[in-house]
Amino acid sequence: MRLRLSTDSIRNASIERVEDLSGQALSSCYQCGRCSAGCPVVDEMDLIPNEVIRLLQFGQIKKVLRSKTIWICASCMQCSARCPKGVEFSSICDALRAMVLRMRLATPAVDAGNLSRVMVSKAPQMGVVSALRKLLNG
Amino acid sequence: MEHRIGVFVCHCGTNIAGVVDVKRVAEELAKYPGVAYSTDYLYMCSDPGQNLVKDAIKEHGLTGVVVSACSPTLHEATFRRAGAAADLNQYRVEMANIREHCSWVHRGDKEMATEKAIKIIKTMIEKVKQNEALEPISVPMTHRAMVVGAGIAGIQAALDIANAGHDVVLVEKEPSVGGHMAQLSETFPTLDCSQCILTPKMVEVSQHPRIKLLTYCEIDDVSGYVGNFKVRIKKKAAYVNRDVCNGCGLCIEKCPAKTASEFDEGLSERKAIYTPFAQAVPNQPVLDRDHCIYFESGKCGVCQKVCPVDAIDYEQKDEFLDEEVGAIIVATGFDLYPIVNIGEYGGGDIKDVVTSLQFERLLSASGPTGGVVRRPSDGEIPKEVVFLTCVGSRDPEGHMPYCSKVCCMYLTKHAMLYKHNEHDGQAYVFYMDVRTPGKDYEEFYQRAAEEDDVLYIRGKVSKLFEEDGKVMVWGVDTLTGQKVEIAADMVVLGLAMVPSATATELAKMLKIQMNQWGFYSEAHPKLRPVESLAPGFYLAGAAQGPKDIPEVVAQASAAASKVCALFAEKEYHREPIVAWIDEDECAGCRICISVCPYDAIEFDDEKEVARVQEAICEGCGARIAACPSATAQQRNLTDDQLYMMVSAALED
Repeated sequence: MRLRLSTDSIRNASIERVEDLSGQALSSCYQCGRCSAGCPVVDEMDLIPNEVIRLLQFGQIKKVLRSKTIWICASCMQCSARCPKGVEFSSICDALRAMVLRMRLATPAVDAGNLSRVMVSKAPQMGVVSALRKLLNG
Repeated sequence: MEHRIGVFVCHCGTNIAGVVDVKRVAEELAKYPGVAYSTDYLYMCSDPGQNLVKDAIKEHGLTGVVVSACSPTLHEATFRRAGAAADLNQYRVEMANIREHCSWVHRGDKEMATEKAIKIIKTMIEKVKQNEALEPISVPMTHRAMVVGAGIAGIQAALDIANAGHDVVLVEKEPSVGGHMAQLSETFPTLDCSQCILTPKMVEVSQHPRIKLLTYCEIDDVSGYVGNFKVRIKKKAAYVNRDVCNGCGLCIEKCPAKTASEFDEGLSERKAIYTPFAQAVPNQPVLDRDHCIYFESGKCGVCQKVCPVDAIDYEQKDEFLDEEVGAIIVATGFDLYPIVNIGEYGGGDIKDVVTSLQFERLLSASGPTGGVVRRPSDGEIPKEVVFLTCVGSRDPEGHMPYCSKVCCMYLTKHAMLYKHNEHDGQAYVFYMDVRTPGKDYEEFYQRAAEEDDVLYIRGKVSKLFEEDGKVMVWGVDTLTGQKVEIAADMVVLGLAMVPSATATELAKMLKIQMNQWGFYSEAHPKLRPVESLAPGFYLAGAAQGPKDIPEVVAQASAAASKVCALFAEKEYHREPIVAWIDEDECAGCRICISVCPYDAIEFDDEKEVARVQEAICEGCGARIAACPSATAQQRNLTDDQLYMMVSAALED
């Protein structure tokens, strides 16, 4: 299958929504991949960070909204600290999660309500806070 | 004469001393017959090293010097000057190359390397023993330059030389100066209008009192040598008397015959009698007889009837002019790689697939669409435009292997200018790498992506084809591994830059070197970038290799300054290491005349002997090897010297 690119497909309303909610210009990314190279949780992701941005540059919002990546990002900000173009990937993830939740598109990969007491007691505090924050749209 | 040779063995840091036992070499050679002084030193080329040579010449009354160090291409001049400073004739100073020819290639075997170094030095001692004291040959010089090609490179070079006070003959084969730069819309990265910055220079060359401008002219023949070239120029018949024509343009207006405009890259029509563009310099038309009704059928003659000054002359013939110059700058420019060779992109048959120069004309305010981008097939304004880089470039299997250097930048400019034209449109650039090596270039590229939403897609397009009035683009995004397709309204090809069609023929006539793709070769890729290996010829512009306008201008000024440096002397001084002939012995067989590649040998019909013209001889040695009676010899490389050198090398 060839991906058909056109003015309408690459600049669709969802993409503009991502830019609005995140405050990030997707076209700033020139795909150097430094975000993915330094990400501490990249091994758990199904799409690596620069791939998420690349798909968004092509208007492929559905692939991105379905991905585990946006829930796995721990918002540690390592990527934005290192990004040569000042793109905040975690903000893009915030925006994408918000869109998933508002559109009720899918069950989030992490459900804080179902975490066991043992899990909550053992998990680092920041991890629990982060999980909750994700559900509360950042 | 008693020989008192000095031997100076250089360590070159560890370059030589790390492999060759330099102390032992110096000691061994001190014992060699004819050597009066032998020593070693850390860096012979340093000031103290040179002083060592100078002092030893005086102190020991040396009659010759062998500096045993690096290649003579590097420091021969240094040590010749040192010798001369100590009143030793500079041609009695020789270099023995024990670095490139010894230490660098024998790192594994120090003993053998040391033995070899000793032999190399012995051969040079034998040579220098018989070296004559020579003086450089002085040749009279014409202080007048010729520049071939009047694009931006030739224009800049001509202006710089003329402004330095020398006369210049500027030759252009087209009816107007300006070259490709005159066709361009706006220039990266500042987006200033190309014609606006070029036309003042075009006017200046036409009005400069020291520049003789010869448009619609071609080089027919070149003879002579540096300082003394004779150039025959063909002034092509324009069928317009250029002394009379006042450029009123009435003939052009009334001419009924039309053909495709070269200046607009076939996107508009011109008349059979024409000036290429409105700001053409000179503003005098030429008549293209291949498309003229009068020349075809003998009828018409409208231009002659309407001309108010009787300038039209159907009987005009090609004329030949002879010019004498001392130096020649070649600035013959580039062409685009032929689109017809790119079958997978339609080979020129898809109307809405255009070349980069065609797109320049579509963007240009003076172009066929008045600066509004309209696609050629139906004149509609395109909404989706795809730009392809590396079309014919970086393709060693199919087309040209080299990077054409400017395509990334001009396609980025195209995409940006298109977006400035058409805010709702979308521009895509397919690239393999985006190369932006220039001041403010990377910023320009990022601006295109960020502010003008140009979508850069990494991958080479596999094919283009027509479907439902669109040009289908099949490519891939190698960053995500997805195959992509775009139904484009228009596609622009960043075709490879190749040397101008006339470059090869000219190179053969001038006897200057080219690389395998037909770009003129510089004498040294780093240190002599604007000189040809053939003395007296200089290079400027894209004829030497793909480059952008700032680089062309810098190179043209560099070539001009080389010419001015040559002209700074009253006479031209050259190496005296040339052939000579013993007239008493010469049998007059003329074999040497047939082998000399420089036409440097004349035949004296009265005495029936061959004679070397020292001003032309390059000292290549061909005629010496060819002479059946061994009467031809090379100065300071005589048969006797070579015999002694070989004997020294073979001695145990």
